Amino acid sequence: MATYLIRRFLWIIPVLFVVSVITFGLMHAVPGGPWAREKALPEATVARLNAKYGLDKPVHEQYINWVGGIVTRFDFGPSYKYVERSVGDIVADGVWPTVQLGVMAFLLAILIGIPLGVIGALGHNRWPDYLSTAISIVGISTPSFVLAILLVVVFSVTLGWFPTNGWKGPNTWVLPTIALAGFPISQIARYTRASMLEVTRRDYVRTAHSKGIRNTAVVTRHMIRNALIPVVTILGPILAFLVTGSFIIEKIFSIPGIGKFYVQSIGQRDYGLLMAMTLIYAFAVAFLNLIVDILYAYIDPRIRYS
Amino acid sequence: MATNSVSRAATLPKKAPMGPWREAFGRLARNRLAIVGLGIVGTLFVLAIIGPILAPFPYASQDIDAIRANGNQPLPVGSPDHLLGTDQLGRDLFSRLLDGAQISMTVAIVVQLVVLGIGVPVGAIAGWFGGRWDTYLMRVIDVIYAFPDLLLIILLSVAFRETFFGQALNGLFLVFFAIGLTSWVTVARLVRGQLLSLRETEFVEAARAIGVSDRKIILRHLIPNGLGPIIVAVTLGIPGAILSEATLAFIGVGIQPPRASWGSLIAEGQKYVRGDSHLVIFPAIAIALALIGFTFLGDGLRDALDPKLKGKQ
Repeated sequence: MATYLIRRFLWIIPVLFVVSVITFGLMHAVPGGPWAREKALPEATVARLNAKYGLDKPVHEQYINWVGGIVTRFDFGPSYKYVERSVGDIVADGVWPTVQLGVMAFLLAILIGIPLGVIGALGHNRWPDYLSTAISIVGISTPSFVLAILLVVVFSVTLGWFPTNGWKGPNTWVLPTIALAGFPISQIARYTRASMLEVTRRDYVRTAHSKGIRNTAVVTRHMIRNALIPVVTILGPILAFLVTGSFIIEKIFSIPGIGKFYVQSIGQRDYGLLMAMTLIYAFAVAFLNLIVDILYAYIDPRIRYS
Repeated sequence: MATNSVSRAATLPKKAPMGPWREAFGRLARNRLAIVGLGIVGTLFVLAIIGPILAPFPYASQDIDAIRANGNQPLPVGSPDHLLGTDQLGRDLFSRLLDGAQISMTVAIVVQLVVLGIGVPVGAIAGWFGGRWDTYLMRVIDVIYAFPDLLLIILLSVAFRETFFGQALNGLFLVFFAIGLTSWVTVARLVRGQLLSLRETEFVEAARAIGVSDRKIILRHLIPNGLGPIIVAVTLGIPGAILSEATLAFIGVGIQPPRASWGSLIAEGQKYVRGDSHLVIFPAIAIALALIGFTFLGDGLRDALDPKLKGKQ
């Protein structure tokens, strides 16, 4: 198990390497640089700026310098738009709202998705099932940005219960969290329901019933515990969705997280910021997938990694 | 291939038993949700094709007089001439939704063609030749799999936006390419897995033993037997592609104006959502219908083509 974990963790390094090379290469392969403005800057200014930031060097040298900075000094380089701040500062300022949003949405998705799926399966082909299925169908067919806009229209504009944007205290957290969690809730509910229906037919469930165990005990101790094992496998993709999906939600609700900068850096060709953001997102996804795999082995003792 | 099977069928002495494909079709036809999905998908395709004829106005034409008369505000639903109203520039919402249908349905098909075009050869090479090819290709697949999809799609879209390639078809070409390039790994893995298991089956071994050529084994045994799961994966990949296209358009790096992707309609309508919510609601319903349609159809195909998987996701 320990060897497996170390190998899996080390595997993140080549992944990040390839991700960074692709990102770096793409951003340098195409016309348009960070100094492109509505009104073109004088050539001498551009040359001076390029020299200052080392952008006049060959691309591979720039790449090596950049990676060297991260590895040796944990320095992600300058942002080319927010000149007075380093990429590290920008990320450090924005990372907590983003993490908080992601974690809250994840918890909400689990706390609602799993019961929804269980209720659907226990009331198979009766109204709880139809209700659960209907909610999950609406959830998977509503993109998060649509859900966000609709939530704002209904709950802030019409009813006035929550503010339309911002990130200052619990009542500003509600709508963004629901908007981000909508899709994962449906995914988890669908998987849980299917998985619960599957275990209902198993021999050990019939045995448990025939032994005279109370129904609630069969459901909680035998069925749910087994049914959740396959559900864990989709937590990886769901976490990836939460990480990369959050920037759209952050933009709609003007949340001061790092997602906002991702979208901006793309448009402004702020290589430094964009590269750092892509690496952070890729690392987050790879790392969270690793955690999910460990969790998988933990809840299902039959799985042995070697 | 087609003529070959027809002539073979003609020489068969008695009526062939009901084949697995006919059986699968029967199962699909009995699945109510799948039929609903098929209906939605079919309708959307018809609307996408006849859209330009059906649309009361060209998607980019502005009814400036009507907008002026309305105080430069979007026309509401049920206006004369504009059944679903217009946007703030006086463009007919219904006509723009039809253009969006065309974009989404083109994405649905073309992206999956790109996916098949890359995924099938890569998976087939890895699965059939095995060995070193397999190791290298699977490593590449692992890395692409680890790259968060949406990030790569956005990066590609932004990077090539200003190039000739990025401008082709109002940026639609780049959208196909970016989404296709990130989505083929699932199909490649599937094809590889199918080939690995089919290669070892007794009927393939038997065909080999009686000296059937590789080409014939692939055409007569591997493709028909391995096709089902691939059809299912491709169909279930379509909602993701449609969603990615809409997301790109929503954040403004996808298809370029004046074309009207459902995602860009929502982005534009967002500003007017307080007074003129129809500008967001109708495109949102369109996206939801497309996603539901393909999901139902994909689920139905999965249950029909692979009864072992029934009930699983």
